[in-house]
Amino acid sequence: MKYERKFSPEHIKYVKKVKRETLLVWILRFSILILFLGLWELFAWSGIIDSFISSSPSKIAITIGNLVTENNLFYHMGITLYETVLGFLIAVGLGYVIALILWWSERVRRVLEPYIVVLNSLPKIALGPIIIVWCGSGNKAIIFMAVLIGIIVAIITMLNGFLATDKNKILLLKSMGANKLQILTKLVVPGSLPTLISMLKISVGMAWIGSIMGEYLVSKAGLGYLIVYGGQVFKLDLVMAATVVLCLLATLMYSLVALLEKVIIKHKY
Amino acid sequence: MNKILELKNVSLTYQTMDDEITAIDNLSLNCHEGDFISIIGPSGCGKTTILSMIAGLIEPSSGEILFEGKVRDTKKLSLGYMLQKDHLFAWRTIEKNVFLPLEIKGVKTNANKEYARALLCKYGLSAFKDKYPDQLSGGMRQRVALIRTLVSNPKLLLLDEPFSALDYQTRLAVCDDVYSIIKNENKTTILVTHDISEAIAMSNVIVVLTERPAKVKSIHRPNILGDTPLKRRESADFGLWFEKIWKELNQ
Repeated sequence: MKYERKFSPEHIKYVKKVKRETLLVWILRFSILILFLGLWELFAWSGIIDSFISSSPSKIAITIGNLVTENNLFYHMGITLYETVLGFLIAVGLGYVIALILWWSERVRRVLEPYIVVLNSLPKIALGPIIIVWCGSGNKAIIFMAVLIGIIVAIITMLNGFLATDKNKILLLKSMGANKLQILTKLVVPGSLPTLISMLKISVGMAWIGSIMGEYLVSKAGLGYLIVYGGQVFKLDLVMAATVVLCLLATLMYSLVALLEKVIIKHKY
Repeated sequence: MNKILELKNVSLTYQTMDDEITAIDNLSLNCHEGDFISIIGPSGCGKTTILSMIAGLIEPSSGEILFEGKVRDTKKLSLGYMLQKDHLFAWRTIEKNVFLPLEIKGVKTNANKEYARALLCKYGLSAFKDKYPDQLSGGMRQRVALIRTLVSNPKLLLLDEPFSALDYQTRLAVCDDVYSIIKNENKTTILVTHDISEAIAMSNVIVVLTERPAKVKSIHRPNILGDTPLKRRESADFGLWFEKIWKELNQ
């Protein structure tokens, strides 16, 4: 039932006010960025700060341009993206399945609890040398690192989501004669969809940490490699340029998950 | 009249690490076809536990529960359980929520789906069948929850304080609504409540329980005139019954 509605002047005024506020927020956001880049450029240009150490926006832009034409930036982006996405998918998928198993069996959960606690508190980077010895100095080690960093958080987040299922809803299903598999498929899995989304969001960040960390340790290509290499040869332009590209990619991947959330979750949980 | 449900000297003791608690002590109860039984008692006396035992979710420590005169198969009980909150699944449409028991029991046939749709239609919900629960009011959601318990055509309905999550105004209306649907569908019902007036207004048998461990303290059969709970609340007898049961509970 759609029909034209006459709005009162108060309503129109209210809508205008909200819209103006939103516009203002956007303008301020951009102002900060422009001011920051402008001052940076100005200080570097006038010599107040040393652009050899701090680089400058224009130099970063030129470096990115050069990377594209001469040094195959897209190749490095592709490598890092491949490691990150694969690490993300494995961590999320495996984490989900393990969380399901832990939900299913209280005994397994109780037995494994201390191990998960230890693995969670252990800084995974400490395992770097072991991973290199085991997986070699290629992509595999980096992906393994990404999985290792992401999976524990994925398991813990998801398990908490499963365990938070309303006891009374389980009771209701049992009173209908539901078995455990039915409780899982009809209630626990669909009911924990919002948790899955937040787990995905956390895992995107974790996967990037993992892959860049991995590339710091061992790599011949990738954005993390460019950053480390740039640092070693004191090419801060390269470090900054690769970091900017990394920012853009990470934001893009997060936005995709956020988009997924909008598509999947239409109703209040 | 046929006996639908019979509890014979049922007791329940459950174990904790530092104690052994007797929740139900030698409870006997008969429920005949067409009965509307209210179980009422002090809070924490184990009312819900009794429903859980009837529904086969907890096994009694001793005693017997007979369904239509036979020892029951807890996996195939023909009963509908309605809880305090509606517990509709937010990710399912109203129609899909109502289909849930059919899916669980593996009887989602076209005939049963038609029956469910007919129930929705009969009780004024067909316009909402493709809506989601968060688009409905509290009273309507509770009505959907009742229809969900009816779709598998159960012989016995168990209601566990189904109105206590609603505000007073809605509560009186939903109470009337639920009562008329139950009578219309000719269902035998056991209601657990701590609300004395609700028990008097709705039921033909009132079972008063003692404090824990729960035993039957007394059984009343208020015969108040009036077709609906609201009408009964207006009757002169209502106040007398209320006083009587209230005193009994506070002894």
